[in-house]
Amino acid sequence: MKAELKRLADRAAAEGLLDVAYANIDSPFGPILLASTPRGLVKLSLPNYDAEEALEQLAGQISPRVLEAPARLDDARRQLDLYFEGRLHEFDLPLDWQLSKGFRRRALRAIDRIPFGRTRSYTEIARSAGNERAVRAAGTACGANPIPIVVPCHRVLRSGGALGGYGGGLPMKQALLEMEGVLDKRE
Amino acid sequence: MPTLPPFQTLLDTHAEDVMAVLRGAVGRADAEDCFQETFLAALRGYPKLSDDGNLRGWLLTIAHRKAIDHHRANGRRPLPIAEPEELAGTSAEPELDEGVWALVGALPPKQRAAVALRYACDLPHAEIAAALDCSPAAARRSLHEGIKRLRKELT
Repeated sequence: MKAELKRLADRAAAEGLLDVAYANIDSPFGPILLASTPRGLVKLSLPNYDAEEALEQLAGQISPRVLEAPARLDDARRQLDLYFEGRLHEFDLPLDWQLSKGFRRRALRAIDRIPFGRTRSYTEIARSAGNERAVRAAGTACGANPIPIVVPCHRVLRSGGALGGYGGGLPMKQALLEMEGVLDKRE
Repeated sequence: MPTLPPFQTLLDTHAEDVMAVLRGAVGRADAEDCFQETFLAALRGYPKLSDDGNLRGWLLTIAHRKAIDHHRANGRRPLPIAEPEELAGTSAEPELDEGVWALVGALPPKQRAAVALRYACDLPHAEIAAALDCSPAAARRSLHEGIKRLRKELT
């Protein structure tokens, strides 16, 4: 049945019927769900989230034509593997921003420009997104980031340098920043 | 509009059954093509589906149409087939058992198709006859022979 389903996904894509392709991949932090539209990567669901629920949301928000099609996410998976090994510093993937609107999208685009191994404060992100006083909203934008890791909201910290929050849990944020050489490994 | 589940859940839940039905209806060699056609057609219409109450019945209805298309394309004259409308809303789901369908797949083509169309797609004799391009009496005979043989295999 596996070959038949792969052929179906390929034919669906060729006929413009594959609106959301997804794959479940492994990471050092646990299983990650990746989803893309014909425009690009649209969703990355971290290990502590329910993948089933994420897929149901995608079906409602984008299209119910959601198919498991791992081959269509091979490139994203490869780049993530390299990133987790510390061997890739900048993702080169088309992104589909459709799940974020307005201020949140502007904030996430600002976050997308933070280089590997660097950090910004929530205030700086709020300023880049066009409203310096919207610090709390910048925090919310991070929390609602549909494509974490690739859009590196883990590089956003409190002004004093405190970690702030992370959808994937603070230990994951800590580990990513250690891997990027921003934080020293804690004793 | 109802919130439709991700299409993948339909595949996960019903793909095996649809394949089994199609193997019964058109034979193992051609089932794969019909399977592709069935799910591509389903995928095409899926976002506009207004009633998600019986997705399995909906898929089997499409599979039935594709099986008929297949029989038509195989050199038989075009057949005036009534659309199986009554199937669309039916809640009576055929009993599907992998083991039985494997045996159905082993029947001679006519018997196999008759059994599949009757019990998987829930078609009346007249439509089975139309699909197989034979008289209703011949369809009934094929069905009867098929069932007799299955019964023997199962006991």
